[in-house]
Amino acid sequence: MSTLPVSHSKAAEAFLADKPYVSWHDETLWFVRSKRDKAARSVPEWETLRELASAVKAHTLSRLDEYLVQFESNAKKNGIHVHWANDAAEHNSIITEILRSHNVQKVVKSKSMLTEECGLNPYLAERGISVIDTDLGEYIVQLRNEHPSHIVLPAIHLKKEAVSDTFHEHLHTEKNNNDPVYLTRSARTVLRNHFITADAAITGVNFAVAETGGFVICTNEGNADMGAHASKLHIACMGFEKIIPRAEDLGIFLRLLARSATGQPVTTYSSHFHRPAPGQELHLVLVNNGRARQLGRPEFRNSLKCIRCAACFNTCPVYRRSGGHSYHNAVAGPIGAILAPNLDMKNNADLPFASTLCGSCTNVCPVKINIHEQLWSWRQVLMKEGYGGKAKEAAMKTMAAVLSKPGLFVRTANTARKLMRAVPWLFNNKLNPWYRQREMPSAPAQSFKTWYKKNRNEQQG
Amino acid sequence: MSSRDEILSMIRENRPAFSPLPEIPVFIHEKPLAEWFTETLTGIGGKVVHLKDTGEVETRIQQQHGGVINTTDLSAAAKYRHATAQELEAVDTVIVPGIIAVAENAAVWVNEKDMINRLLPFICRQLIIIVQLTDLVPDMHSAYKKIRIDEAGFGVFIAGPSKTADIEQSLVIGAHGPLAMEVWFVGE
Amino acid sequence: MRVGLFIPCYVDQFYPQVAIATMELLEKLGCEVVYPAAQTCCGQPMANSGFESYAAGCNANFIKQFRGFDYVVCPSGSCVLHVKEHLHDADESTASVIRNTVYELTEFLTDILKVEQLNASFPFKVGLHVSCHGQRMLHLASMSERMLPPFSKALSLLHKVAGIELIDPVRADECCGFGGTFCVTEEAVSVAMGQSRVEEHAANDVEYITGGDMSCLMHLEGILKRQRSNIKVIHLAQILNAQ
Ligand code: SF4
Repeated sequence: MSTLPVSHSKAAEAFLADKPYVSWHDETLWFVRSKRDKAARSVPEWETLRELASAVKAHTLSRLDEYLVQFESNAKKNGIHVHWANDAAEHNSIITEILRSHNVQKVVKSKSMLTEECGLNPYLAERGISVIDTDLGEYIVQLRNEHPSHIVLPAIHLKKEAVSDTFHEHLHTEKNNNDPVYLTRSARTVLRNHFITADAAITGVNFAVAETGGFVICTNEGNADMGAHASKLHIACMGFEKIIPRAEDLGIFLRLLARSATGQPVTTYSSHFHRPAPGQELHLVLVNNGRARQLGRPEFRNSLKCIRCAACFNTCPVYRRSGGHSYHNAVAGPIGAILAPNLDMKNNADLPFASTLCGSCTNVCPVKINIHEQLWSWRQVLMKEGYGGKAKEAAMKTMAAVLSKPGLFVRTANTARKLMRAVPWLFNNKLNPWYRQREMPSAPAQSFKTWYKKNRNEQQG
Repeated sequence: MSSRDEILSMIRENRPAFSPLPEIPVFIHEKPLAEWFTETLTGIGGKVVHLKDTGEVETRIQQQHGGVINTTDLSAAAKYRHATAQELEAVDTVIVPGIIAVAENAAVWVNEKDMINRLLPFICRQLIIIVQLTDLVPDMHSAYKKIRIDEAGFGVFIAGPSKTADIEQSLVIGAHGPLAMEVWFVGE
Repeated sequence: MRVGLFIPCYVDQFYPQVAIATMELLEKLGCEVVYPAAQTCCGQPMANSGFESYAAGCNANFIKQFRGFDYVVCPSGSCVLHVKEHLHDADESTASVIRNTVYELTEFLTDILKVEQLNASFPFKVGLHVSCHGQRMLHLASMSERMLPPFSKALSLLHKVAGIELIDPVRADECCGFGGTFCVTEEAVSVAMGQSRVEEHAANDVEYITGGDMSCLMHLEGILKRQRSNIKVIHLAQILNAQ
């Protein structure tokens, strides 16, 4: 039997043990959220753009099969080899096959959350193909044998001292030199060498355009371009929901993406690939891995509009105080919490509960996904499917019974309040999670009900 | 059934009812374009230079130090068409023509035909893009109206030098691509 | 007008003074206020735990208690939101009437009673804690994430109170971490979130933290008391009713 991952609440508790570290994590991500606010405010038509983005995606989902077919045929005309993968295993084996047929030993990879979702790196490593993650943040976590904790800022959970130690160990940089410029330049030198000597490049895809049969990759570092243009073989991987109908739709999404993600007006590079360079081979893998199933769930299908900007991470007060790894899923944060149960309900039943349903995620989302409502809906689905456990079901049944019978409610509530007055230690102890770090409210002598009876008696019908 | 057909048939079964594709409206901007562009590019670590005419451009090119590859001079640059990353790694400065410059985000559209070799704008230490002042547009919507994204096999919007903030959100200019970037506007 | 007073279950038990203030305030403003004494709870704790399907009995009782009023008013955005979104019954017609006539207190004062003046005074330094459900879902105030004109029903009412000094926290609408059962199932995160809110208000040197939802305030109060802080929590209704 497989064991469940450490639950979000347990992992969060461990994360929160180091208070100064957590405040730093919270402040750092809040800073990114503030930059996003500033960038969004500088665009008077911001809310209109969100409406448009959401509508374009809604339209695309309603004609998804047609756009994929159109895209495929145009991409083929452009000389791109198009592959379809139904699940993670097929995605990995398609890529391995392509790499093997080119005798590839070393691959440089730019950021692709899809390859994380599919577990591509360990899969290739087991087959003797080495993968170098070239996005600086991903490179750092790869050296540390960790997973990205954030989809845009993969190493946001690490302080510069930790990065410096990692680089010292693996790249032999100066010990205790924590200067981000020094560390970045050191990685640049090492990775340049990898770009030049790699046999193939794997990249993600931000948008694929049906009418032109090409795709767009957005980066700041230039690593996707360095990799893709320096090698003879380029494989791009995309979840099929990345498709959009028209070239002009890119105008909407590129205006929203970087501003939402980091507060930049646009990423440094928005690279549009349509045909392989002379002498190069270009492959594209279209992946399902549960997306078609999610499309069939009316209350959750809008999650497929996601453009992976991570604005919902940065604004999420829970994410900022629990860290990306506590979500035990390739995509963390609020969007991860509504995508993960689709992949595996049992393992991810805790995630939709890792939220206060405050709704900030929904408000920042550039494609207007109703994230907090989907979290709520997942809770209903998961409990109906029995992932809450018997104890929780029984407790809820009792609560339902008490709340539907006014007499019983009054007796129960009054008894509880009186008990709190009479025997406070019954409540003020370590077994009560409320009391661990908070005082209980003081129980007054009489409830409002009692007061009302005494003071507004004349109005009782 | 192939995975392709299986995926497509699942999608067909599960897709929602039709929802219309919106028209993209024209947004009106009041800011003067050249100032707007300069403010934006400066904000992201790039630099704007204004030059009156091709004569001034020539002089300025002569003043560049180190190895320069200038793709506005097609015949001289043609020899780099098939150069490998290894061969180009040491290039200091690359000069390429840009087609459209966008004021709202300081992005400049460069396409493969003009860059000779796809690697050039990325592998150099310093990138200079030369754009006609008349090719400055306010926003991305107007930019996409003026370009055809599949005109060449590859095209890219470039906005400033490469950068990263992956270490503690400290901005570092110069990641894997150029460490410096300038846009030269030609015209008055 | 006849107003049904809807008092959240925990307010009835732990914060009767908030219910009394709400009642007196509405009476002062000319409403005929009736408290249906057999009300229990809106059912939100079950629904947010994923057991909306168990709420039928609770809903039926709610409808029985609150049918026939011109308005149903409640000093909690969260409970009102739940009723607005999830009150259903075999008798849908009554349920829908209630869904459409249930109001959070500040919303009722602003939009229905259109209160221009308040005869209230509260000469203290106060920080407002904005509750997410009221703000982001009932739209009682503009939201820092949305690029829309700013407004706040709570603040515009508080500005009518004599002597009050209001100090806004920088993160003006960050969640306090109460979140219903979240406050115990995710105890560590919940407390950390609450502590951050308290810290900001404490740095502003306020004497009171106020808000429209007693649940958030109960959570913040628990933290304040554990820290032996001098800052007190007080519901908006109590300030608006303060003489
Ligand atoms: S759900 Fe929305 S906010 Fe979150 S990553 Fe996706 S697009 Fe961005």
